[in-house]
Amino acid sequence: MAYTEAELAEELKNKKYEFGFVSNFDSDKAPKGLNEDIIRLISSKKNEPEWLLKYRLDAFRVWESMTEPEWAHLHHPPIDFQDLHYYSAPKTKKRLNSLDELDPELKSMYDKLGISTEEQKRLTGVAIDVVVDSVSVETSFKEKLGELGIIFCSFSEAVQEHPELVRKYLGTVVPTNDNFYAALNSAVFTDGSFCYIPPGTRCPMELSTYFRINDAQTGQFERTLVIADKGSYVSYLEGCTAPMRDENQLHAAIVELITMDDAEIKYSTIQNWYPGNEEGKGGIYNFVTKRGLCEGRNSKISWTQVETGSAITWKYPSCILKGDGSVGEFYSVAVTNNYQQADTGTKMIHIGKNTKSMIISKGISAGKSNNSYRGLVKVLPKAHNARNFSQCDSLLLGSECGAHTFPYIEAQNSSAKIEHEATTSKIGEDQIFYCLQRGIDEEKAVSLIVNGYAKEVLNKLPMEFAIEAQKLLSISLEGSVG
Amino acid sequence: MLTIKNLKASIEGNQILKGINLEVKPGEVHAIMGPNGSGKSTLASVLAGRDEYEAIADEVTFLGQDLMELAPEERSREGLFLAFQYPVEIPGVSNINFLKAAINAKRHHQGLEDISAKDFIAMVKEKQAMVELKSNLANRSVNEGFSGGEKKRNEIFQMAMLEPKLGILDETDSGLDIDALKIVSNGVNKLKGPDRAFVVITHYQRLLDYIVPDFVHVLFEGRIVKSGGKELALELEEKGYDWIKEEIGVHN
Repeated sequence: MAYTEAELAEELKNKKYEFGFVSNFDSDKAPKGLNEDIIRLISSKKNEPEWLLKYRLDAFRVWESMTEPEWAHLHHPPIDFQDLHYYSAPKTKKRLNSLDELDPELKSMYDKLGISTEEQKRLTGVAIDVVVDSVSVETSFKEKLGELGIIFCSFSEAVQEHPELVRKYLGTVVPTNDNFYAALNSAVFTDGSFCYIPPGTRCPMELSTYFRINDAQTGQFERTLVIADKGSYVSYLEGCTAPMRDENQLHAAIVELITMDDAEIKYSTIQNWYPGNEEGKGGIYNFVTKRGLCEGRNSKISWTQVETGSAITWKYPSCILKGDGSVGEFYSVAVTNNYQQADTGTKMIHIGKNTKSMIISKGISAGKSNNSYRGLVKVLPKAHNARNFSQCDSLLLGSECGAHTFPYIEAQNSSAKIEHEATTSKIGEDQIFYCLQRGIDEEKAVSLIVNGYAKEVLNKLPMEFAIEAQKLLSISLEGSVG
Repeated sequence: MLTIKNLKASIEGNQILKGINLEVKPGEVHAIMGPNGSGKSTLASVLAGRDEYEAIADEVTFLGQDLMELAPEERSREGLFLAFQYPVEIPGVSNINFLKAAINAKRHHQGLEDISAKDFIAMVKEKQAMVELKSNLANRSVNEGFSGGEKKRNEIFQMAMLEPKLGILDETDSGLDIDALKIVSNGVNKLKGPDRAFVVITHYQRLLDYIVPDFVHVLFEGRIVKSGGKELALELEEKGYDWIKEEIGVHN
C-alpha cells in the first residue's frame, strides 16, 4: 500500500470529519422506545429461535433494574432511552447475488468510507462485514474462508446457520448483568459479526467489520463474537464511522472473544465515530463492553485500539487470563480534542498460573477535552507467578485539556510481579521550533511528534490500518496547536 | 547573501541585541565570538525566527528577501539552516523520516516533487559518510538517547542533507571532545563552497583551528564591538575578553 507523505499533506489541507455524510437509502425502522414488544419485534424480524428471545427478555428485565454507572470521569446530560429507535435496517428488495446488484446509494457510501469492496477484495485480501445501523449488509470472502472451515458472517446469519455455536458462547464472557450498557445491548442487539476459527487453523487474511451509524435517532447495538479454537489464529479489525448530526447518538456494543488452548486472537479497532463539532455539539456516545477470555492454556488475546472519535468514550477492552500461561495485551492510543471526553483503559484479570499481561496506553489530549486512563490489574490467589507491565503515558497539547490516570492494582498472590510506569508530557515548543527550522510546518510537525509518541501502539496494527490510524491522528488534532 | 543593519532584539523586556550590523557574502565564513551572555545565541535564534524574541531592524535581508517577514519554516526552505546548540529529542520519529519530511517540504517550496526513495537513500549514504555518522544513528529516533557529540554530528548530517545557502552553527563545539570536534569541522569544511556561507558562533577559539574563518566578529553586550580577520580569534585566545572590554572602555 503506497501512501506518500505528500498525499497525507494534501488530505490534511481540507479534512475535518470526512465521514459526516448521510446516505439516503430507505430504511425499515421500529418505532421509538424500548419495551418488551420492541424486543419481540426485533427478535421476530430476525426470525430468532425462542431461546434467544428469552435471552433478550431476561436481559431487558435485568437492565430495567439497573442504573447508569456514574463512576467514570465523564459528564453528559441524561440519555432518554425511550427516545431512540432500537431497530433500523437499510431496505433491500431482494437478496443480492453479487456486488453489482448492491443499492447504488449503499455502494456509494462504501466508496466514501474508502472501503470500496471490490477494491478491498482485489488489493488487500481483507474479508469485510459491513454493519449499517442495525443490520449486516454484506460479507465478502465467505466461500474462500468456508473451505478452511472458518465461519465469518453476520451475527444474524450465525443465529440461523450455527445456532449451536452462538448458544454455547453468547454471553459467556460478558454476562447480561455485567453492566448497564451490556444489559441493554443483550436485550436489543440487532446485528454484528460472528467468527469461528476451527482447531489448528491460521486464518489466512485479516477479518474486518465496518460499523456505520446512518439513521438519525438510532442507537446502534452490535454484538461481536469471535471464537478461536485450539491452536488457531485470527487477526480481526474493526472500523467505525457515523454522519455528523447535531444530536447525540448512542452506541453500545459488546465484543466477546474466546481463545482455547494455544490459540490467539489479535483484535484491532480504529474508532472514528463522529466526535461532535468544535463547540461540543453532537457526536456519538460510545459505551462499549469488550472482553476476551483466554480459556485455554498458553492462549493469547491482544487488543489494539486507536480511539479518535466519539463525543464520549467509555470502553475497557479486557482480558480474563484463565488458562495457565495465557497472555493478555492492551495497546491503546486515545485522542481527545475540543470537548471530547474519553474514559478508557483495560482490565487484566489473572486467574491461571504463569499468566502475563502487558498494558501500553498513550493518551493525547487537546482543546478543552478530558482523557482518562482507567485500568485494573487483578491477580487472584491461585495465579502463581503472574506478571504485569503497565505503561500509561499522557501527552497534552495546549493548556485547557486534562489527562487523568486511574490505575487499580489488586494482588492476592504474593508471587505476582506488577510494574506500573506513568508519564505526562507536553509537546514542547522546542520540538515544534526544531521542526520549523528544518522547513517542516506546524501541522506536519505535530503530526510527526504525535505519531512518534504513539508509535509503539501503531506498530501493533496491521499495515493498512496503521496508515489509516496515522492519518486519523493528524486529522483529529488539526489546528490544536498554536 | 545576508545583510543585517541595526538589529535589536529583546525578550521579556530585556534588550539583548542592541544594534547588530553584519554583511555576509556567498562563500564566506564568519565567526562570531564573545563572552557568555553577550547575545550570540540570541542572534542565531532571531535569525532562525524564534518568536519569543521581539526583534526590530533597519534591514535584515537574506538572498534579497526581507528575512523578518518570513516564517521560520520559510526561512529554512529558502536555505537558512541553524545547527542548534541543544538539539531536541523527538521520541519515536526516525531521523530518516524526519529528514525526508524536511527535504520534501523544501522541494515542494521549490515546486519539485517528493524525492524518490532511491535518490533519498543514495543521499543519506553519501552524507552520512561525509560527516562520519554511524548508520544506526540515521535510523534511530531524532536525537533520542544520542550522546552530546552524536547530537552535534547529527546536526551537521542534517545540514549536509538539506544543503542550505547559509549555515549558522550555534556553539556546535560546546561539549565536544577533540576527536568529535575534528569530525564535525571536517564535515563543515566539506560543505564549504562558493555559493554557501557560514556563520560560526563560538565561545572558544579552538573550533576556528579547524573551521578557518574569513572574518571574526566580537559580540559584547549586544553589539559587535570589533571585527577583523582570523588573527583576531588568536588574539582573543591569548588575551581573553577583558582586553576587548578595556579597549572599548568597559570596566568590571
